[in-house]
Amino acid sequence: MNDSLYLPILLLLPLAGSVVVTGMSGAPAKTVKLTALGFSVVELGVAIALWVAYRSSMGTGDTAAPFRETFSVDWIPSFGVSFSLGVDGISLTMIALIAVLVPIVLGASWEEKLPAGRTIGGYFALLLALQAAMIGVFAATDVFVFYVMFEVMLIPMYFLIGAFGGVRRAYAATKFFLYSLLGGLLMLASVIGLYVASGNVLPSGTFDWEALRSIASQIPESTQMWIFAGFAIAFAIKAPLVPLHTWLPDAGAEAPIGAGTLLVGVLDKVGTFGFLRICLPLLPAASARLSWVIILLAVIGIVYGAIVAAGQSDLKRFVTFTSIAHFGFIALGVFAFTTQSIAGAALYMVNHGIATGLLFIVVGMLAARGGSRLIGDYGGVWKVAPLLGGMFLVASLATIAMPGTNSFISEFLVLIGTFTRYPGWAVIATIGIVLAAVYMLWVFQRTMFGPIRGVGVIGDDFGLDARVPVTVGGPAGPSSTGAPEYQPATRGTAVSTAAAVDPAEDSHAAPHSRAAAVRARFGDLTGREIAVVTPLVVLIILLGVYPQPVLDVINPTAQRTMVDVGFTDPVPPAAGPIVGGGQ
Amino acid sequence: MTGIYGASWLLIAVPLAGAIVLLVGGRLLDRVGHLVGCATVIAAFALGVAVFAATASDPATDRIHQVPIFTWIQSGTLNIDFGLFVDPLSLTFVLLITGVGALIHIYSVGYMEHDPDRRKFFAYMNLFVAAMLLLVLGNSFVTLYAGWEGVGLASYLLIGFWSDRPAAASAAKKAFVMNRVGDVGLALAIFLMFKEMGTVSFSGVFAQIGTLAEQSPGTVTVIALLLLLGACGKSGQVPLQAWLPDAMEGPTPVSALIHAATMVTAGVYLIARTSPIYDLTSDGRLVVAIIGTVTLLVGCIGGCAKDDIKKVLAYSTISQIGYMFLAVGLGAGVYALGILLLLCHGFFKAGLFLGAGSVMHAMDDEVDMRRYGGLARKLPITFVTMSCAYLAIIGFPLFSGYFAKDPIIEAAFAAGGLQGTLLGSAALIGAGITAFYMTRLMIMTFFGEPRWKQLKTAYGQDYHPHEAKLVMTVPMIILAVGSVGAGAYLAIGDRLATWLAPSVGPFEEPEPPVSAGVITVGTLAVVAVGVFIAYWIVGRRPVPLTAPMPVTPLVALARADVGGDAINETLVARPGIWLTGTLVYTDAKGIDGAVNGLAATLGGLSGRWRHWQNGYVRSYALSMFAGTLGVILLVLLVRFA
Repeated sequence: MNDSLYLPILLLLPLAGSVVVTGMSGAPAKTVKLTALGFSVVELGVAIALWVAYRSSMGTGDTAAPFRETFSVDWIPSFGVSFSLGVDGISLTMIALIAVLVPIVLGASWEEKLPAGRTIGGYFALLLALQAAMIGVFAATDVFVFYVMFEVMLIPMYFLIGAFGGVRRAYAATKFFLYSLLGGLLMLASVIGLYVASGNVLPSGTFDWEALRSIASQIPESTQMWIFAGFAIAFAIKAPLVPLHTWLPDAGAEAPIGAGTLLVGVLDKVGTFGFLRICLPLLPAASARLSWVIILLAVIGIVYGAIVAAGQSDLKRFVTFTSIAHFGFIALGVFAFTTQSIAGAALYMVNHGIATGLLFIVVGMLAARGGSRLIGDYGGVWKVAPLLGGMFLVASLATIAMPGTNSFISEFLVLIGTFTRYPGWAVIATIGIVLAAVYMLWVFQRTMFGPIRGVGVIGDDFGLDARVPVTVGGPAGPSSTGAPEYQPATRGTAVSTAAAVDPAEDSHAAPHSRAAAVRARFGDLTGREIAVVTPLVVLIILLGVYPQPVLDVINPTAQRTMVDVGFTDPVPPAAGPIVGGGQ
Repeated sequence: MTGIYGASWLLIAVPLAGAIVLLVGGRLLDRVGHLVGCATVIAAFALGVAVFAATASDPATDRIHQVPIFTWIQSGTLNIDFGLFVDPLSLTFVLLITGVGALIHIYSVGYMEHDPDRRKFFAYMNLFVAAMLLLVLGNSFVTLYAGWEGVGLASYLLIGFWSDRPAAASAAKKAFVMNRVGDVGLALAIFLMFKEMGTVSFSGVFAQIGTLAEQSPGTVTVIALLLLLGACGKSGQVPLQAWLPDAMEGPTPVSALIHAATMVTAGVYLIARTSPIYDLTSDGRLVVAIIGTVTLLVGCIGGCAKDDIKKVLAYSTISQIGYMFLAVGLGAGVYALGILLLLCHGFFKAGLFLGAGSVMHAMDDEVDMRRYGGLARKLPITFVTMSCAYLAIIGFPLFSGYFAKDPIIEAAFAAGGLQGTLLGSAALIGAGITAFYMTRLMIMTFFGEPRWKQLKTAYGQDYHPHEAKLVMTVPMIILAVGSVGAGAYLAIGDRLATWLAPSVGPFEEPEPPVSAGVITVGTLAVVAVGVFIAYWIVGRRPVPLTAPMPVTPLVALARADVGGDAINETLVARPGIWLTGTLVYTDAKGIDGAVNGLAATLGGLSGRWRHWQNGYVRSYALSMFAGTLGVILLVLLVRFA
């Protein structure tokens, strides 16, 4: 076996970082933070080296081999489990995304206001541990290892939400945990089912992905359906698809900004990645037979997520609902079974991580200033904090897939690919681009445009902390009589008085001196914050203008997945001699 | 591709670089921002002229140049180059965009002088110019789409430029969303072309569209109608017209450049560019012509009842673009007439808007024409330049509108049969109404009593109207010259039509059922009637300061934006808000409620266990339940296998 050490290093480095940071409990906070950041930056360097190595080896050696940079050691020989790692184009781009996002997330969390009794060291240690687990999921080439990593990933995230989150963190963390646990158990059943089914074909059962793929067509369809169901529910919870989504708005809203960014940006992609990695290649017959179910849920999610997003009053919940709509696009692309839609879905996973990462971080920066997550507590922020407003604009444009941003490429590929096989579904999904403009620009209008107003921006006399007090403390969980009610605060009075005063005051007299006063109190982005968001902005534009280097990595894997699942692209009936020629 | 064509990507890159420098440079560039903005657009214009000259010196058969730049999106058989399509049609637009764009940039130096965010303004204007050039120069439907959405973004940012005004914020969002509705049409057209023909480049589609028309003529019509939906959104055509009057919330130079001279004519460009598609579908063409005709009437009617000078001009724009749609909808042979009107309109409507801006500048940003009056003496240059544009738009003989609109009316009659009669008559009536509302605008603004003398500004001061500075008046004068002469220059000897022939096919003189002279005289008579009625109603007696009430239902309808907003409100906005509210409630109480209900039930169960287990299990009881579920499933599975 041609062992490459990139992946074990990528897996162990953040883990080591996590341990080191935990051990530094006595050190000054700044040293701890710099140590964690140092580990994540080295990790990024290794990931870049891996990318370069992968690119330079593309098209050489055994081109039929699905994975490169493989590494394998025996783990539980009696069950045929080996600790196998490797990357294909899709997992490589996801690992690169993780490596890029973690240093940014650490930077964004640099001055995070944590709940009493929590240290920043613990927070950063958990983020690094989460990074290791996420890398493990995407790098696993053994289904059992995939499952273990899938479950392990849960633990740091549970603590990140439950220990470091907002007011309703206990409820949100428990809900997240229970949902994930249910999915994980169903998945375990399916993993074992896969093992048993492979034992009926091969001399002994196996968890090895390549071996399973080679016998995928020999597993009876009815068995595949059951196994598929278990995986699909687990992935649909993780992705999440409507109607299994209700944990995400709570978890995303209560998670601290850093953890929330990784949750929405990366963790949820494990669901759609699972479809691509496990369901399509290993259960092709069931995937083809049941694709309509996922497509239906995906299209519902696109429309439903967008409409519900438009009705949100909490910025972070809003972001999670927009993500639910976007996950619909990803799932649609995966199950439309065309090269463009699958490559688009894989690219979408990366792009959404970048775009929503930026949106989430910017929302966090806004909320940190205003002390409120409520949309209604803001107004005219663009005049007060032009840089923050500009970054919010870039994130918004990426969210609505404006050409020139990265999201356009992936959304376009998903839709055009889907259209060639399922025009009807694609038409409904395309309506999603109007809805995206509606919900995103409406929020942009309410927070950034208009007169300078709102308790988040100009403050009020009732104390600066505009967070909604919710009547639940401690680890309440499901043993209480149900969920603590989610209540958007009724701050209307304060807001409307502020708004009523404004027009006269703002129009002519001395708007700039007033804006300057508010600006001084509110503050625009600091140097650290600019450093945090700039890489994301650059990536958004770069991948929108010149996405081909990433597509070149993804395309072969998308085509291999098409072969695995046994589909070919529909042939255009009126194609010319040079099909698809750009000229 | 080498030489001047190889450098044509700079046309887009230079204004774009200007925009980026101005945005990234921040407040450091506040003092020079406007200069950077103007310089880059003027440089683009100079380059455009150079490319134009090179193309014009090529033989007529060799005037279409493909300029590949890089592979943009490739996956499977989808292969989209980021490349340019330099041909007579795109170059015509390049000159219009950079030429009028440069003039309006210069004008804006004066107009936006006192705005603290002038640098940002120029950055967005540059962004617009770059996006618009991408729109017309792109060599595939996807690059066109990128430019298409790019100009939408610039339009959004510029309508909402005075972002602290709630009306501006709403108008910006409305414009973007209604444009997106159109964009869905364009996107679906692209998807359908790829599905049917496996290509999305202009040359690829135009090469295959004939094959597709043989296999499935209905599909070609569907593509044409989807493209039309996109065109309607961008060009403010019925039923997507309601955003354009609201877009006047933006600074007046924006209205002149984006919402009159260039961006809103992108729909006409799209249809002319895709003429090989429309040539194959007479149904598609007819729908274009009908939409154009309906819109030109709706625009006219809306323009008659407005007192806001910019809204009158906005409706006038809608109406004039309706004429252009009518022209390009009439199909093969007369595309050039639509482009001719488009170019003349670029001059006279930009001139009218800049004139309106000058009036507003003089009148402390007042837009209500009822508060104007007698301004001709105070603003002589503005008056003269606007008069030239006025004569051009109503089609006064030898002014440029005359050369453009008159042949369109003839071509509409030439369509023959009932169809030709209806389209032609509507266009004829439209000419009369245009004359009415434009005359009304001129009288209310420049003639009669100076009503502002008795009034105070919004800030309680007297009005002191004064002529604008040279930096504003010179662009107005140049546009006025264009309003006078462009039509004659382009139309006589079919100069424009011959130039465009490689792109949209040869020009064919329309042959109306009655002689062209009769139609010309008839048109002039209708125009004269329109002018006279305007004089009769507003010119003979003092203009009341508030709009008279009550009015006839027709006037009420015109004042209410010809029903556009009411329809949107009833059909889209209210149901949308209701649906949002319902789904948010369902999500919280229904889906999540069910989940929490289940959790609570199990929680009750676990409560009992907690007594038994001394409170140790807590929520993990649920995990046991889930575990049991999993084990049962596992057993089932193993038995199955």
